[in-house]
Amino acid sequence: MQQPLSTGHGAPLQNSSSAPEHHQQVPNKAPLAPTAGQYDFTYYQNDYQAPVHNIIRPSLCPTSSGSPQGPGQIYTTLPLGPSLIAPQGPNLIAARPQLDHIPQQAGYVPSGGYYPGQVSYNVPFQSTTQGVYPHSTTSVNNAHPGFSYHHAMPVSSTQYSVPLTSQTLHPASSQPLVGVLPSRVKPLPETRQRHTQASFQPYPAGNTGAAWQPLPEASVTTPTSPIVNPTVTSSSANSQTSTVPPLLMPHHVNQSYLPDRPNVATLPAVGAPHARRPPPSAHQPVSASASPAPASEAQEGMHYGYVANNQVNSAPSPLSSTSDDEDDDDEAGVDTSSSSSSSTNTSLPNNYDALEGGSYQDSSSSATTVPAPSDPRSSMSTKPFGYAYPTLQPAYQNVASPSHSVRQPTGPGYSPGPQQFTRPFSSVNQLSSAMEGLTFQNRQAEALKQVSLLQERNILPPVPIQSPQSNLSPELQKLNCSPDLFRCTLMNIPQTQALLNKAKLPLGLLLHPFRDLTHLPVITSSTIVRCRSCRTYINPFVSFLDQRRWKCNLCYRVNDVPEEFMYNPLTRSYGEPHKRPEVQTATVEFIASSDYMLRPPQPAVYLFVFDVSHNAVESGYLNICCQSLLENFDKLPGDSRTRIGFISFDSTVHFFNLQEGLSQPQMLIVSDIEDIFIPTPDSLLVNLHESKELVKDLLKVLPTMFTSTRETHSALGPALQAAFKLMSATGGRISVFQTQLPSVGVGHLLSREDPNQRSTTKGVHHLGPATDFYKKLALDCSGQQVAVDLFLLSGQYTDMASLACMSKYSAGSIFYYPSFHHIHNPAQVEKFQKDLKRYLIRKIGFEAVMRIRCTKGLSIHTFHGNFFVRSTDLLSLANINPDSGFAVQMSIEESLVDTSIVCFQAALLYTSSKGERRIRVHTLCLPVVNSVADIYAGADVQAITCLLATMAVDRSVSSSLSDARDALINAVVDSFTAYRSTVSNLQQSVLVAPNSLRLFALYILALLKQQAFRTGTSTRLDERVFAMCEIKTQPLVHLMLMIHPNLYRIDNLTDEASIIVGDKMIPQPPILQLSAEKLSKEGAFLMDCGSVMYLWIGKNCNSSFISEVLGFSNYASMPQNMTQLPELNTTLSQRTNSFVSWLRDSRPFLSIIYVVKDDGPFKANFLQKLVEDRTESALSYYEFLLHIQQQISK
Amino acid sequence: MAFTFAAFCYMLSLVLCSSLICFAIWNIIAFDELRTDLRSPIDQCNPLHARERLRNIERICFLLRRLVLPEYSIHGLFCIMFLCAQEWLTLGLNIPLLFYNLWRYFHSPTDNNELMYDPATVMNDETLNYCQKEAWCKMSFYLMSFFYYLYWLMCGPQACEQTVGETRTSLPLSISIAHAPLATVVTVSWISRFLGSFRQTYLSDLVLPELIFYIEICSDSESK
Repeated sequence: MQQPLSTGHGAPLQNSSSAPEHHQQVPNKAPLAPTAGQYDFTYYQNDYQAPVHNIIRPSLCPTSSGSPQGPGQIYTTLPLGPSLIAPQGPNLIAARPQLDHIPQQAGYVPSGGYYPGQVSYNVPFQSTTQGVYPHSTTSVNNAHPGFSYHHAMPVSSTQYSVPLTSQTLHPASSQPLVGVLPSRVKPLPETRQRHTQASFQPYPAGNTGAAWQPLPEASVTTPTSPIVNPTVTSSSANSQTSTVPPLLMPHHVNQSYLPDRPNVATLPAVGAPHARRPPPSAHQPVSASASPAPASEAQEGMHYGYVANNQVNSAPSPLSSTSDDEDDDDEAGVDTSSSSSSSTNTSLPNNYDALEGGSYQDSSSSATTVPAPSDPRSSMSTKPFGYAYPTLQPAYQNVASPSHSVRQPTGPGYSPGPQQFTRPFSSVNQLSSAMEGLTFQNRQAEALKQVSLLQERNILPPVPIQSPQSNLSPELQKLNCSPDLFRCTLMNIPQTQALLNKAKLPLGLLLHPFRDLTHLPVITSSTIVRCRSCRTYINPFVSFLDQRRWKCNLCYRVNDVPEEFMYNPLTRSYGEPHKRPEVQTATVEFIASSDYMLRPPQPAVYLFVFDVSHNAVESGYLNICCQSLLENFDKLPGDSRTRIGFISFDSTVHFFNLQEGLSQPQMLIVSDIEDIFIPTPDSLLVNLHESKELVKDLLKVLPTMFTSTRETHSALGPALQAAFKLMSATGGRISVFQTQLPSVGVGHLLSREDPNQRSTTKGVHHLGPATDFYKKLALDCSGQQVAVDLFLLSGQYTDMASLACMSKYSAGSIFYYPSFHHIHNPAQVEKFQKDLKRYLIRKIGFEAVMRIRCTKGLSIHTFHGNFFVRSTDLLSLANINPDSGFAVQMSIEESLVDTSIVCFQAALLYTSSKGERRIRVHTLCLPVVNSVADIYAGADVQAITCLLATMAVDRSVSSSLSDARDALINAVVDSFTAYRSTVSNLQQSVLVAPNSLRLFALYILALLKQQAFRTGTSTRLDERVFAMCEIKTQPLVHLMLMIHPNLYRIDNLTDEASIIVGDKMIPQPPILQLSAEKLSKEGAFLMDCGSVMYLWIGKNCNSSFISEVLGFSNYASMPQNMTQLPELNTTLSQRTNSFVSWLRDSRPFLSIIYVVKDDGPFKANFLQKLVEDRTESALSYYEFLLHIQQQISK
Repeated sequence: MAFTFAAFCYMLSLVLCSSLICFAIWNIIAFDELRTDLRSPIDQCNPLHARERLRNIERICFLLRRLVLPEYSIHGLFCIMFLCAQEWLTLGLNIPLLFYNLWRYFHSPTDNNELMYDPATVMNDETLNYCQKEAWCKMSFYLMSFFYYLYWLMCGPQACEQTVGETRTSLPLSISIAHAPLATVVTVSWISRFLGSFRQTYLSDLVLPELIFYIEICSDSESK
């Protein structure tokens, strides 16, 4: 795969081979010691043993510049601005760039001192600069302004996304936002060779106000900053201005760093610092040959001195890692006001109350905070860009660039919240902002760069894709809502509808409003400041006309600032309304006053409805379910008022009287299912705490009560009616467990699926409900604030299309376990158990409504998700859970010529499980542009794909599946046609796409091959409908995995470029294209499809992998249906397991892992996910492109 | 004017057409009612109002759906009558709408035709806009056909036996006769619009509930 890197430099491979070159740093969490002012970083090298073939880092080293000057000086050049910063040694934090090519990511571990590993990086340099501590050199690099930590500010962790520049890192990259400009410059030949990514992963220094401490070594701190190596200077200068043409686009590395827990101990340096990497793997032809002497490298470094500098600049950033990565639920996380937690976020403390307590230190966040391009917490570490595709076209190399600026990687990291990191020096900030301004153009140019799709063979970047950056000014940018929460398909909003039509791209928003956040400012205030006319909540994008008045950014009305708002409890100062937390962060939560409730907030009420017919008992789910309930009994969210109840049904409906005082639960059977009634209305829903013992007794006996039942009918409809009656007084959540087609009573269904038609290409019928009973019930439930969650565990057809309606319109969630059986299908059982646990203990909001407002001129016209649309802009959500996402489509009704920015605000009002009424407000601000080119530059291909997917689901239900498929294809054709006619001036015959949309065709093809939309492949109707439900409700990150899985090669995992989460090192292999061409019989490949993972083992797979990871002696002895990875006491097994569990932890529900053998049952499933390949019924990627081209030229 | 079958058809159409106009007007009001929610945002968010509002939406949708079949069947009846009367031109003018109605009726997404005005989706702005536009178009179509029928009733082909001169005299006559119902219809339509723009304090709060009440009574009695 890899070609030897070209000429100028030693073979790229060389780099890989040469250990020293690799810079790998494992970011660690900075120790949290809040001690005043000093921070120590320790860097560890992960890569000490890099088996990696791919790694090439050499030239990148800033040091490589071989600066005549002392090494320290060299480094100091980084800051370009360095001079500004440099003098203040102590404050500087050395951040180490990760220069790795290596797929793995390098993490930093800041703990006192650099780790030796750094030495290796610099090796070439070292040769030039002797006597200098390698560390010192690195440290110099670190002296990036960005890194320096502001005392006052809690350090927020910053992650740089490392641009993977094939050539060199952009110097600018050193600055978090600004620096990384992908320059579109054509790749120098050399550049190819070095595809390196440098990722910065600054870790938050912890919450402490401590300043970073410079490394002990003087060289590090040397203020010499201004000094640039002669060679370097020119380049560096350019880079700073961000205009540097020669640089290739940096690849964006998005690894989001998993937020470290503050407690995390720093890792000891792994391996000998100087350890060489293992010889390059077989893949790399070059590697063997290349083991350049460090000196030679140094020479090279000289040549490319500018490169080196750039890297330097880009490199280091201190990480502040205060964030927890808990993905879930805890409210505790939210509420914690600890200073530590606050650090990760904006400077605001999470808890407003705490702030009032005075713990908060005012930091002029605006001034000090650098818009962090990357989220420190993001868990992904950079992957080397160039790794897999040494021969990439220049265009390809640029590919990743648009994402640099993205603040938060959308990677697997589930939990990352918005973060900013602060810079110590305001002057630096100013510089950076100026630079950013310049970079906009570059960035845009980059995003617009034409990619000839037919010629780009390797179009998929090896790192997760980020959302593109908008044209917003850095000040606003850094205030903006995290892309994980709120994303727009077009990061630059067109001025008029006509312009939008010209671009042929859908305009819409994707929201994940109730996502579990680790840091969320919670504000208690008697008056919540809102616009008087449009009721917008005050947000960071309003303008203060003076001390007393503010202008609404949605309707432009001028409002008064209430007296109370003048006082800033954070600083205890008066007259600074613009410093209040509401106007400092785009995501806040208010505790609502009594104005927001007419009745007392409802208690948490849970009702479980179990199918206990013969079929259900056979499947054995009841036992698991009751067990899980028992285990998590005390963790159900709620307060002292929490109530719980149970209903079971077969052909009759059974109620359970759990009234306190009874000696044992009573079962009441109602057999009149035509006219269902509630036998003892008062004692069926009981207080969880008062009747705890009875409930537990019931859960213990319930599974055994029906073991001998012969009743095969299922009266689901009547049971639901009963449940609704029971719940309608209070509202709450009904969890329905169903295992077969409802056969008696209202709402009974007939089988509509013809198994012979499963693979038809002629059109799929019965995607809509057969009866509207379930929908009506859902609407009734919604009116009474009851949500119905459906667990469907069934081997046969159960008419998901009809049953799902009960959840769709009541804002519930749907779970589907096909072929569930407690003995025959252990994988599903495990998934069910884990999912149920998450389901039971996850955060929940009751009687919620969400309103999405947007700036005057825009209007929202269609909503997607599970809810009831109560008013044209108001969604009624009986329950809200942290795992559901929403999408809306918008149109531009009035011209936006008068305004330069537009804002969107989603306000979610809900009752927490503790009985508090809360409002969570997210505000997104986007620029308005007037040219089609700008629109394309800001197109977010992932968001567009997801929005189109939800639209296609609607289309297939309301029209037909083939219509939906055609519409998807047309979306690509139209947008590419429009692009060619408006922006590009190329010949007809070439299929070009803007760089921002280069993956569009691939994603759409993947979508067409997705379960929901595929034709010609046998797909069960229920599975298809379930996939459609998922598309409508999954948040973007998870949906993208469903559509386009990630493929990794994991038989050769190394610790290089790992990220560190907690105390574990997580290897970060590059993402491969979904093509059989990437598979090799010698390897083992993991495909991550979101809810499922496939581990494909090649026939000739390394026997050590099979024995060390899978625990079998050879390939033949492996069983066909393995679904577990054993925990073995070998390094490889630990690495693999930590990687897999890291992937799993990034999502709320368990992913089953299937080990796929060539002759195994899962092979077909696995192969179907290789979307770039041709299948019997579908086009390959290349054919698809040809098809599009044909359509375009028509 | 000889009282032919054709004349009878036109007469009947004239009467039924006015009812169709009423339907269309009612549709317009209903959609406007759906669109506007007068409460303050805080009230809107209140769970209690949620119930009320939901009921309201469901009720309106229910009524809309109930009116669908009568409207379509009345219009279908026109077509059959004109077919029988061999009024090809008139038939030709009505055929497109007939097909549209058929498409709309049979193309509803569910298997059971109940989704035409679906409370769960009707609140999407797009759907609402579409329905409202459709209602306005239908109203104008019915209004025009009303005049058309009136014209043919007065001086249509059945009057061809009469002399040209008589026809000429009958034309102004027909117009003057037509004036009364026409004026009524136009007035009603403008009033409804006027009121609608007033956030329909009147029609929605007074007329609509009564209408709903009335229709519900009818439907109840039917079901019993």
